[in-house]
Amino acid sequence: MNMLAEAAVEDAINRDSARTETVKMQASGVNVFYGEKQALFDVDLAVRKNQVTALIGPSGCGKSTFLRCLNRMNDTIDICRVTGSITLDGEDIYDPKIDVVELRARVGMVFQKPNPFPKSIYENVAYGPRIHGLASSRSELDAIIETSLQKAGLWNEVKDRLNEPGTGLSGGQQQRLCIARAIAVSPEVILMDEPCSALDPIATARVEELIDELRENYTIVIVTHSMQQAARVSQRTAMFHLGRLVEEGPTGKMFTNPEDKRTQDYVTGRFG
Amino acid sequence: MAQHIVTSFDEDLEHLDRLIRDMGDLAAAMTKAATRALLHADNALAQRVVSNDVVMDARQTELDKSAVTLIAKRQPMAQDLRAVVGAIRMAADLERIGDLAKNIAKRVGAVGKSATPHSLTHSIDTMAGMVLDQVQAVVRHYVERQPNALVELRDRDEKIDVHYTAVFRELLTYMMEDPRNITACTHLLFCAKNLERIGDHVTNIAENAYYVLTGSQLPVQRPKLDETQMTVDS
Ligand SMILES: Nc1ncnc2c1ncn2[C@@H]1O[C@H](COP(=O)(O)OP(=O)(O)OP(=O)(O)O)[C@@H](O)[C@H]1O
Ligand SMILES: [Mg+2]
Repeated sequence: MNMLAEAAVEDAINRDSARTETVKMQASGVNVFYGEKQALFDVDLAVRKNQVTALIGPSGCGKSTFLRCLNRMNDTIDICRVTGSITLDGEDIYDPKIDVVELRARVGMVFQKPNPFPKSIYENVAYGPRIHGLASSRSELDAIIETSLQKAGLWNEVKDRLNEPGTGLSGGQQQRLCIARAIAVSPEVILMDEPCSALDPIATARVEELIDELRENYTIVIVTHSMQQAARVSQRTAMFHLGRLVEEGPTGKMFTNPEDKRTQDYVTGRFG
Repeated sequence: MAQHIVTSFDEDLEHLDRLIRDMGDLAAAMTKAATRALLHADNALAQRVVSNDVVMDARQTELDKSAVTLIAKRQPMAQDLRAVVGAIRMAADLERIGDLAKNIAKRVGAVGKSATPHSLTHSIDTMAGMVLDQVQAVVRHYVERQPNALVELRDRDEKIDVHYTAVFRELLTYMMEDPRNITACTHLLFCAKNLERIGDHVTNIAENAYYVLTGSQLPVQRPKLDETQMTVDS
């Protein structure tokens, strides 16, 4: 490569990182306990705005636990105790003044198994906007439903049967319905816990493409057991092991030349 | 390095390494035989080099196939990914070395033995020796996982270039001295040029091997000096 081209590439990289460098969520010194048992140890992690951050690591290392800290889903588990600080746009989300319902609207979640409510497709998506009072009229609500389903890449498949039960959709469609449900309340961050593990390769590819499009408007944190999926969809990857964050960095580097021995062993399939 | 959980994955990677080693041995043998055949006007030996090139191509095809299958089956990551991509590239350079050796061998017969002055064969012989050492060493350093040795090896390529320039000058003087030398000297010049290019492929292999072993690129080398470029278009 000549010097000019190199300078141009450098420039492009710098511009890209400047655009995306803003930290949306910051975890500092986070510890999580389930009763006596400590599940996370002193985790520091920055989640960058409009980027997809992938959390990887062997089963039981604390990925889901960490993800649930980001919208205080752990509050629903009685024995769970969280210390340290987590901020959203610089604001401490564990501050007693924070309204947890509002927090969960700003930081939405999509689960491993598609879990639509036993209601119509329409009602599944309408639920959030209704309880948050986001629509003042039926036509406004209709518009939210349509854009949410469109953003989730499901609109064309369901527009003629919005009143049919959401549970009647295929697994892949159900998962996209759950994504539409998460999007409907206009969140800023979307947390996804193994969103594709119950889907076939085609449905997975759809959801992955969707994740890439959603990045334009949202910040995404995804837990995945597929290294290839993490490599495909994320810009940053964080590796957890035994409750600790062992390495975090640009995804390309994590999968071609990771620094930490444990990351190397895990991504290459050498873990005992 | 720890073993993979799936042991057949290790076997697949070892198979690639073995093919690279085989191709390296063959490339070295072909380079040695081709120069020898040229300097001793040994047609039979030259023929063997030409037929070895077919073996070389077959090995490369096998390596490519194994590498592609491994990627499809295992989706390698990190050092494994680098090893597979690196193997494909190194095999391509080794195959080119085979081609260049074959080109040298094809000149045998065109060069009359008697017409070659002794001091000249000596110069080319020395150059061939240097190139041969490099070909053998580069694969050895890779297989033995010695990235630092690869840095030194790449830097030694410069010596070959310097030697090539000397051979080139020497040949020019012979041609000026007696125009009857021109035919033989042209073929020898071609041989020297091919040896120099084999050296360049060794450099590529060293760079790839270094990346496979360390995950970082070899530092950029100083622009190299090739005085012959100013005299003829090569
Ligand atoms: N509700 C709970 N009560 C008690 N312990 C829990 C609870 N949830 C998780 N744990 C423990 O915390 C640790 C981390 O679990 P977590 O579910 O976060 O792991 P993970 O990385 O998401 O694993 P997986 O990849 O299997 O989903 C584990 O040792 C687990 O047993
Ligand atoms: Mg989990």
